Parts: sequence; structure tokens; C-alpha cells
Amino acid sequence: MAEVLVLAEHSGGEVRKVTCELLTAARRLGEPAVVWAGPGAEEGRARLAEFGAARVYVAGDAAFGDFVVAPKAELLAQLVGDKSPAAVLIAGTLEGKEVAGRLAVKTGSGVLTDAVDVQAGEDGTPVADQPNFGGSIAVRSRVVKGTPIIAVRPNAISASAQPGPAEIVPVTVTLSEAAKAAKITEHVVAEKGERPDLAEASIVVSGGRGTGSADGFTIIESLADALGAAVGASRAVTDAGWYPHQFQVGQTGKTVSPQLYLAAGISGAIQHRAGMQTSKTIVAINKDPEAPIFEIADLGVVGDLFTVIPQLLDEIAKHKQL
Amino acid sequence: MNIVVCVKQVPDTAVERTLRPEDGTLDRQALDGLINELDEYAIEEGLRIAEAHGGEVTILSMGPEKAAESIRKALSMGADKAVHLTDGALAGSDALATSYALARVLTTIGFDLVVCGSESTDARTGVLPAMLAERLGVPQLTLASKVDIEGTSVTIRRVSDDGYEVVTAQLPAVVSVVEKINEPRYPSFKGIMAAKKKPVQTMSLADAGIDPAQVGLAGSWTAVADFAARPPREAGVIVKDDGDGGAKVAAFLAGRKFI
Ligand SMILES: Cc1cc2nc3c(=O)[nH]c(=O)nc-3n(C[C@H](O)[C@H](O)[C@H](O)COP(=O)(O)OP(=O)(O)OC[C@H]3O[C@@H](n4cnc5c(N)ncnc54)[C@H](O)[C@@H]3O)c2cc1C
Ligand SMILES: Nc1ncnc2c1ncn2[C@@H]1O[C@H](COP(=O)(O)O)[C@@H](O)[C@H]1O
Repeated sequence: MAEVLVLAEHSGGEVRKVTCELLTAARRLGEPAVVWAGPGAEEGRARLAEFGAARVYVAGDAAFGDFVVAPKAELLAQLVGDKSPAAVLIAGTLEGKEVAGRLAVKTGSGVLTDAVDVQAGEDGTPVADQPNFGGSIAVRSRVVKGTPIIAVRPNAISASAQPGPAEIVPVTVTLSEAAKAAKITEHVVAEKGERPDLAEASIVVSGGRGTGSADGFTIIESLADALGAAVGASRAVTDAGWYPHQFQVGQTGKTVSPQLYLAAGISGAIQHRAGMQTSKTIVAINKDPEAPIFEIADLGVVGDLFTVIPQLLDEIAKHKQL
Repeated sequence: MNIVVCVKQVPDTAVERTLRPEDGTLDRQALDGLINELDEYAIEEGLRIAEAHGGEVTILSMGPEKAAESIRKALSMGADKAVHLTDGALAGSDALATSYALARVLTTIGFDLVVCGSESTDARTGVLPAMLAERLGVPQLTLASKVDIEGTSVTIRRVSDDGYEVVTAQLPAVVSVVEKINEPRYPSFKGIMAAKKKPVQTMSLADAGIDPAQVGLAGSWTAVADFAARPPREAGVIVKDDGDGGAKVAAFLAGRKFI
């Protein structure tokens, strides 16, 4: 059975949830093999084994973190050349999509981005589901030249465990000078705190301009904490500096598809909806009955978020005591 | 400095868009086209760099005849000239084919700095700038929320999934910008008048040395297998808060096991 390469997303040896989702999809297409760029593979191995990795190609060279994207594409291109995999699956994050793009050029292969599902088609080659135009059209696409390279949206496929050996196979890659052209001189990681990761969370609570100020926005954090949710924000909020940019949901922020998306004080502009309308359940709280967010809400409450949310917090507290 | 800004004409996001049943492509000529809104930030950044460091801003757009409207708009914001790659054979090109065609033009016309938007509102792949850097063999300085140029070195603040990175490289380079970077200017009346006289060079495949077998629907690396309109979301329940709004949300969440 042909291998399917999965590029691991990890930090400090901790495997991101999306990698388990990719392994789940890879098992439908062939034999899943993880590609691990950078240190930490030994720590991450158990988790990869839990989700069926047959082997883990490890390029432990720490230099991957020193340059933008190109080194990872080079490593993958080398493995595509050596192993002739049936497909390469990459997390559809900002960086993952760029890795996929460069790999496609290097290997002369088609690339599909923003996939929300991947299945084997009739001839066994992968078919990817891609929501288009903000989710109003469901497109099924395939790669017709080269090795299928697919960037899969985090949180779209549910991960299921199936044990595998996850045998570690060291690989050496000599990075070209061209791959080292864009040098990273500083990494600044924003404080995430104890909350779940926005792209991976099963519940997201988002606040908009209706929260009124940075101070007002803390009510969104309180509700998120009561629900064990991640915090999101509209662009109006991140532009005003009430909350950091990496929490922006929308076209130019994160795309999320949680089980529950709760939007408070957000009008639901098309650019915001582009990042959240594939959420399974949507609840909206807004003063304005005409707010477009209500068009896609499963439950909408027309009211002031500063009265609705405190009551909701009380109710949640009561539930917890039951 | 020779700055080239890549601008795509896209259908208006506010209008319903669908795909042609025959081949699953978008009928670009038939839809009202606007400048991809993220490319306005790229134009603005290109203009600011030219204003600060000297140089010329060239708009590069690949698209049907109609894309000429968007090119004029970009010129009216202040760009100096434009190249319009247009050829019936390009219709239906996927990201890889588009990057090949644009890279061919960029090599033909020459550049010190290529500035792109970070994503187009129709394709939303966000891969084109990285592909261009790979094809052109120049540094990739993408997802910039800040660009500083000093001599021949460029430093950007790159938005990452969990914060940002500071990245440095030498010109020539490809930059893509996010919408936090600046506030795009509106074309002035003077700018609109001046744009009418600015040169727009139309290029065909042959002019740019593009192999027709590698572009268009037939030459693309990916294909639409099938597509369907998604059933619209079922209409939800909208209630007015009569002092029990929070309790209603709580009951809804409890009913669906979220609390
Ligand atoms: C190129 C581009 C990219 C963009 N990308 C994004 C993106 O990624 N993400 C994004 O979110 N936006 C994006 N936008 C911006 C988008 O168009 C909207 O401007 C933005 O989403 C509005 O944010 P908002 O809903 O918080 O604010 P508003 O539209 O001002 O809405 C605030 C809402 O709060 C309600 N409200 C006020 N007070 C209360 C209260 N006390 N209780 C309850 N409700 C209240 C109001 O009724 C109103 O509906 C982008 C725009 C452009 C041009
Ligand atoms: N047909 C095109 N002509 C010119 N520039 C383009 C074209 N398609 C994409 N681009 C550029 O590439 C960026 C990213 O687009 P995409 O990868 O399609 O999301 C856009 O913001 C444009 O700057």
C-alpha cells in the first residue's frame, strides 16, 4: 500500500490535534507516514502511534525554525521524490498552506487548499471537499497531475484513534541556500493562557464592537472560561486594540468550525462570516434585530449583551452545581 | 526601485456567486468585478514604499478583458503603469497554473519587489505569493503586517498562527500583506483623470513566453469533480430578550449538551 505523508504540526514535542485529524484522513488513502521537521519527535511519537502512523520520518535539524516555510517544502519534496507517496496532507493553517504551495511548485503537483474532508475516490485517488464562497457551494475536487497535495482545515475531520507502530526513521536533508533566503530573527508568541487553541476549540465565544471597550471585552473571556471555550474577536475589536490580532475570526483572521460558535455584539459582516459560517451550531446575541448574524444563527437573542451574558453566566453556574 | 503589485479582479463578495455547470469554473467575464480587497492594501504599501524610497509602481493583473476596470482603479490610486496578462487560454487556471503565468510575466518585465495581497476573496487559497517566491527563486516575505526597507534589505513582521515573527531578506523579494498593514487611499479626482492616460501593456501568452499547455482549465493541476449548492442553514429561532435572554441561551445550550 502506498504511503500517505502527513506533515506534523507540533510545538515542543507536543503534537497538535490537527495532525491526528490528518492521520485519520490519511488512513483512508494509504499507509500513513508522518514527516517531522525539527526536534521533539521522540516526545511526540506516542501520540502519532495512537492515531495509526506507520512510521515517522524525522529531520531533527533545528534550523527549520530559522527560515520562512521553504525548508519544510524542501524536506517534503525530497521525501515525495524518494517515496512516491499517494498523497501529502498538510494542516490548512496560514503556514501550512504556504508549505503546500511551494511543495506543489517543486514537485509539479496539484494542490487543494481549505479541504474539510478527504476520501478515496472510485479509483482510490483522493477527493477533497472544499466549501466555496463562504460555504454556499460544496465543491469536490481532485488533483490531476503529480502527487495530490492537500491542505486540510483544522477541526474539520474528527480524529479517531487506531494504533500504529510509529517507527522512527531519521532522514537527512541538506537545505539549499535558496531555502535560507528569508531569515527569521525573532519569534513572538502571544500569551494564550489556559484556553484551548482557537482553531481547534470545540466551542468559540467571540465578541465584537458591541463589547464597547477592552474592558467590556473581558465579559467575553468570562463566558469563554465558563464554557471551556476559546476566545475569538471581530476585526473591529482587533483593529481597536481591545484584543490581540491572532484571535481575529474571519476572512483575514482564523477560519474556525467549532461545534458551537457564540457571537456577542458582532454584526456578522460577510468577511466575519467567511471565517465562521461552517460552525455546527451558531448562537448570536445582538441589540439590533436586523443584524445579518441572525440570518445564520440557530438561536438568536435580540438584546444587550451586558444583560444577557451575566444571566447566562449565572445559569451556567447553576448547571455546574447540579 | 521597480515595484510590481499583483492585483486580481474578483466577483463582488456581496453578490451571490456560483459555478458554471459545464466545467465548475467561475464565469469571470459575466460577474461584476472589483479589486480583490486585500490587494488594495498591497497597492497602498507599494505606493508608500515608492514614495519613501523612490521608484515606480507597476500593476500586474491576469484576468479577462474586464479586469481592465480594476487595473484603471489601481492606476487611479497612484500606480504608474500596468501590465494586463489576458488570453482566452488562461480561463480556468488553478493556483499552480496562475503562479506559472504570473512568474513568467514577472521574469519578462523584471522587478525588485513584488507585492501581493495575502489572499483573494474568491479563490481564498492564499498560496500564490509563496508559489511566486518558489518559482522566481527569491525570498518569501509573506503575511506582512509591517514592511521596512533599508538599502537592499527588507524586514517584515510576519503574522503567524500564534503571534508574529520578524523576518529579514535581501531584494529582490516577494511580499504579501495582511489588512492590518495600512489604510488604503481612495482615488482622488486628479488621480482618476491621470489614470486614463497611464500606460497599460496588454500581454498574451506568446508575449510572456507562456506554454499554453500549462495554463487554463485543461492545463491545470487540479479539477473540480462535482459541486452542489449547500442546503441553506435551517432558519434558526430568534427571540427578544424580555429579561430572560440569558436563561433562554442556557436552556438551548443545555439541550444540546454544551453545558
Ligand atoms: C479586507 C477586509 C478584511 C476583513 N476581514 C475581517 C475579518 O477577518 N474578520 C472580521 O470580523 N471582520 C473583517 N473585516 C471587517 C468587517 O467588514 C466588519 O467591519 C467587522 O466584522 C465588524 O465587526 P463587528 O461586527 O464587531 O462591528 P460592527 O459591524 O460595528 O457591529 C457591532 C454590532 O454590535 C451590536 N451591539 C452594539 N452594542 C451592543 C450591546 N451592548 N449588546 C449587543 N449587541 C450590541 C450592534 O448592533 C452591531 O450589530 C474585514 C474587512 C475588510 C475590508
Ligand atoms: N489573476 C491574478 N492576477 C494578479 N494577481 C493575482 C491573481 N491571482 C492571485 N493574485 C495575487 O495573489 C494573491 C493571493 O491570491 P490567492 O492565492 O488566489 O488567494 C492576491 O491577493 C493577488 O495579489
